Amino acid sequence: MKKIKPTITRAASILLAAAASLTQSCRHDVTVDFPGGQKPGGADPEPSLPEAPIGFYLLNQGNMGMNKASIDYYDYTTGEYTRNVYTQANPDAVMALGDVGNQIAVSSGRLWAIINCSNKVEVMQASDCRRIGQVDIPNCRYMAFDGDYAYITSYAGPVLIDDDYNQLGYVAKINTTTLQEEARCIVRFQPDGIAVAGGRLYVANSGGYRPNNYEKTLSIIDIATFTVEKEVELGINLNLVAADSEGKIWVSSRGDYYDVEPHLYCYDPATDRVAAHFDIDASSMWMDGDRLYTVGNPFSYDTMSSTPVFSCIDTSTLTIEQPQWEGAAEFSQIKAPYCIAVDPVRGDIYITDAGNYVNPGYLYAFAADGSYKWRQRTGDVPASIAFLYPEDAD
Amino acid sequence: MVVPLRAAAEVPPAAPDSVAAVLLDSLVVTASPQQSTIAGQELSGKELDRLSALNVADAVRYFSGAQIKDYGGVGGVKTVDVRSMGSNHLGVFYDGIALGNAQNGQIDLGRYSLDNVEQISLYNGQKSELFATAKDLASAGALYIRTRRPKFADGKPLNLHVSLRDGSFGLINPSLRLEYRFSQSLSGTLSAEYTNANGRYRFRYRRVYPDGSTAWDTTAVRQNGDVEALRIEAALFGRITDGSYMVKGYFYDSDRGIPGAIVNNVWKNSQRQWDRNLFVQGNLRRRLGDRNEMMVNFKYARDYLHYLNPDTTLMYTDNQFWQTEVYASVADMVEILPDWHANLAIDYQLNTLSSTLAGFADPTRHTLMAALSSNYTLGTLSMQGNLGTTTIFDRSWSPRRGDAPRTLYRRTRTALVAGLFLNWQPLRDYAGLRVRGFAKRTFRMPTFNDLYYTDMGNASLNPEYATQYDIGLSQRWDFTSTIWQWLELRLDGYHNRVSDKIIAVPKGNSQYRWMMMNIGKVRIWGLDFNAEASTEPLAGLEIGGKLAYTWQRAMDYSDPADCLDAAGTYKGQIAYIPEHSGAFTAFANWRRWELNYSFIYVGGRWHNSSNIPENYEQPWYTHDMTLSYTLPLRRCTLRFTGELNNLLNQQYEVILNYPMPGRNWCLGVSLTL
Repeated sequence: MKKIKPTITRAASILLAAAASLTQSCRHDVTVDFPGGQKPGGADPEPSLPEAPIGFYLLNQGNMGMNKASIDYYDYTTGEYTRNVYTQANPDAVMALGDVGNQIAVSSGRLWAIINCSNKVEVMQASDCRRIGQVDIPNCRYMAFDGDYAYITSYAGPVLIDDDYNQLGYVAKINTTTLQEEARCIVRFQPDGIAVAGGRLYVANSGGYRPNNYEKTLSIIDIATFTVEKEVELGINLNLVAADSEGKIWVSSRGDYYDVEPHLYCYDPATDRVAAHFDIDASSMWMDGDRLYTVGNPFSYDTMSSTPVFSCIDTSTLTIEQPQWEGAAEFSQIKAPYCIAVDPVRGDIYITDAGNYVNPGYLYAFAADGSYKWRQRTGDVPASIAFLYPEDAD
Repeated sequence: MVVPLRAAAEVPPAAPDSVAAVLLDSLVVTASPQQSTIAGQELSGKELDRLSALNVADAVRYFSGAQIKDYGGVGGVKTVDVRSMGSNHLGVFYDGIALGNAQNGQIDLGRYSLDNVEQISLYNGQKSELFATAKDLASAGALYIRTRRPKFADGKPLNLHVSLRDGSFGLINPSLRLEYRFSQSLSGTLSAEYTNANGRYRFRYRRVYPDGSTAWDTTAVRQNGDVEALRIEAALFGRITDGSYMVKGYFYDSDRGIPGAIVNNVWKNSQRQWDRNLFVQGNLRRRLGDRNEMMVNFKYARDYLHYLNPDTTLMYTDNQFWQTEVYASVADMVEILPDWHANLAIDYQLNTLSSTLAGFADPTRHTLMAALSSNYTLGTLSMQGNLGTTTIFDRSWSPRRGDAPRTLYRRTRTALVAGLFLNWQPLRDYAGLRVRGFAKRTFRMPTFNDLYYTDMGNASLNPEYATQYDIGLSQRWDFTSTIWQWLELRLDGYHNRVSDKIIAVPKGNSQYRWMMMNIGKVRIWGLDFNAEASTEPLAGLEIGGKLAYTWQRAMDYSDPADCLDAAGTYKGQIAYIPEHSGAFTAFANWRRWELNYSFIYVGGRWHNSSNIPENYEQPWYTHDMTLSYTLPLRRCTLRFTGELNNLLNQQYEVILNYPMPGRNWCLGVSLTL
């Protein structure tokens, strides 16, 4: 027994130490995220130019089921980037912003964010991100604005009782003042991108839930009557829509991820023809004057990997230009380009990198001349950018 | 008769309950080393009865090195990950034969009730018992679930046990067990259990301002976590000349809601799942001469899964899957010298999976495994080494695209397993101190989902490898003093490396499209500490306790370039692995009363390997109490049990956005005849 006692004492002290370390590692109340702003390395305040944006919002998607959608803000006047301004402005918002942010936009002094898996559109003051209200739209996808209305696509329309279980999509017409849904226009299966031009809405139908039978059509809706005027057949699994300064409609197709490659179509409503099409994977598009900027990250089954692609198209001559920023050394560090935006006045180019889609991404800033400016960590899957103009911030 | 040899070194003290079971098992008079070279962790008999545990997953939480992924509630999925290598690296054996799920490799331990279980044991590396199938050696760790063996008092051929439990979440859980002795050499059991719970419980989320005042505070009721399940199990145990056999059938049928993640604006989910599992398995052991013993195992399993997502805000899904498994194994062990044995095992397995999914790959897999192992005792050093090979032959159809004809793919994959286990008693005259260690390299084959799941599967995947090194000490004191009975301490340090880890990688440009790739790398450093003691301070009062503690650094080495700032993943702790975790249980038995207290602690974790505050998950810890009273009557015994779990009503999550139940209770009564 004598030999054993010191061993027991030692063992007991180990146990006590372990127990002590356990009690120190206790739970505590979780504080609402109040991140301060920070200056990305190399970022300086931008000179304020008349009619130039004073900053931009960035919507982070967050993965499904994680409830990690968040909004960041970059302030041109201070050169500061602030993560998660939504919780800062709305600390009392139960369960924060929501699950899977799809698109963000500023319109008439209000900031709109489509939160796909929370089945809602969050409406905030553009000046400070303070919450005004929400519009409940199940499986909402993209939005466009015209006059006093927001037009928002949704996958979750009426269910068709046929051989398969199929559900048509629709476009919701939302009064931007009352935030009430005033009308619905049924389109085809799983509508995604939407754009406004010449009194019409152009809606890209994807059929994304029907991989053996993708949609191929662009639905054209007359805004005055809010009915589908016609459907134009383009390519399979359509995604985004943008209208250029001449009223031509640019539509991206995802392809089928196997044999059919992604495409970019230019449809001219004036002639009812496809004016041009390109073998480009455009999973994010930004229209700036007569330039259309696109980024994509097509996957190849030959190499079993994805390759980032960047394009710049002259929308009047319908030709592809070599983007200048591809020259910057930092450019090659972008793993998974996910979103592109161009400052319409300064010409700066912003590209987000979703990385491995699980961890926080990056935002890269390049000057119009192609030189690298800075980069900044974002939230998970940085997905959409909206510039803030002085008149919207008042 | 040949006297059993004590080639293996560690003999776990036999719990009184398992004596009869040991008797039945050891009816096979054997020259074989029956114990594992390195002992595992074990919960059995009364110890299991005392825990407030409904299912195998609840009990595994008390083992060091094991982390449970628990999605909450009675019906939520519960899988176990041992020493951070991933749940696919753990083999789970039900009465000696592996439970399989070729579809996703996931064994939901929440579905295996403790009602008919008498022992659960967890082995790192493998159960280093020589007489084994090739499959026993094929995984990086092994969990053995052993059902109750019938035991009969003299002249009593029938035992009956009925029980009823009622508790929180609308739980109603009646069960029945019948044991019958047909003859001296044949007995049988029948066990049936029904579980019904509405799965509703309150949960609360709360956030505060930096000054501590409430920012928001919300309470809701967990919905769609209901479960209804029926289990029926029947087994025959028999003896033949120089041998024994066992045949069992298992049927499980369930209907459950999938409660899903709680996110902003979504407080309820509506997905449902139906499962039907049926298997028949058998085991035959027989001595062939003095130095040779043979074992045959077989299994046939048929599993049905129906998943329905009727939620019109999401993609409507209504899929059914059917899996078939056929397994056969032959093992033969010979005694080469009294201190030297060898075992050769050959296993064959067939798996098929079919589905209502359009253009499904309909894969078929043939697996051929062979393992040669040997152990040798040299003085106070015993060692076991094994070498094994596994080859899988897969056949599958290419995905259907349009009207293009489909092609049939064939692919063969081979991987090797090797392991060395040592156990040494450094002091010749003192058996209390032991040093043990092992090194093992294993793999897991990609599952059917990894390979063929619509869009996500990657048919060119290779096996994922795990290499383990472990060294440990154990010290046991048996006291002659009247108060302390015994005390045992065990400490293990380990290093594991997982390479070619199969992880989901985004494909192209959407978070909705992923593909499985062999690109993950994890390095794990860990310590497991266990202590166990028992004392009898007063006559008739027995007090005991058990402590398990685990420290782990499980680092993500997948992307060395991702190390630019704190949010980088390189060398970050991998998802949901706490640095510190542990469990403590204590019991007191006095006359007819038994009291048990248990405490589980899981330290702070991150939900992905970017270890930034936004990804941090709070520690959680629960206190559970069980009190029972046994009332012996003239011809039968009644037992009353009351459980109170999560005493302090902690509102916690194991997985982000999957709230766990707060304080809950359960009352039970059982009758044994």
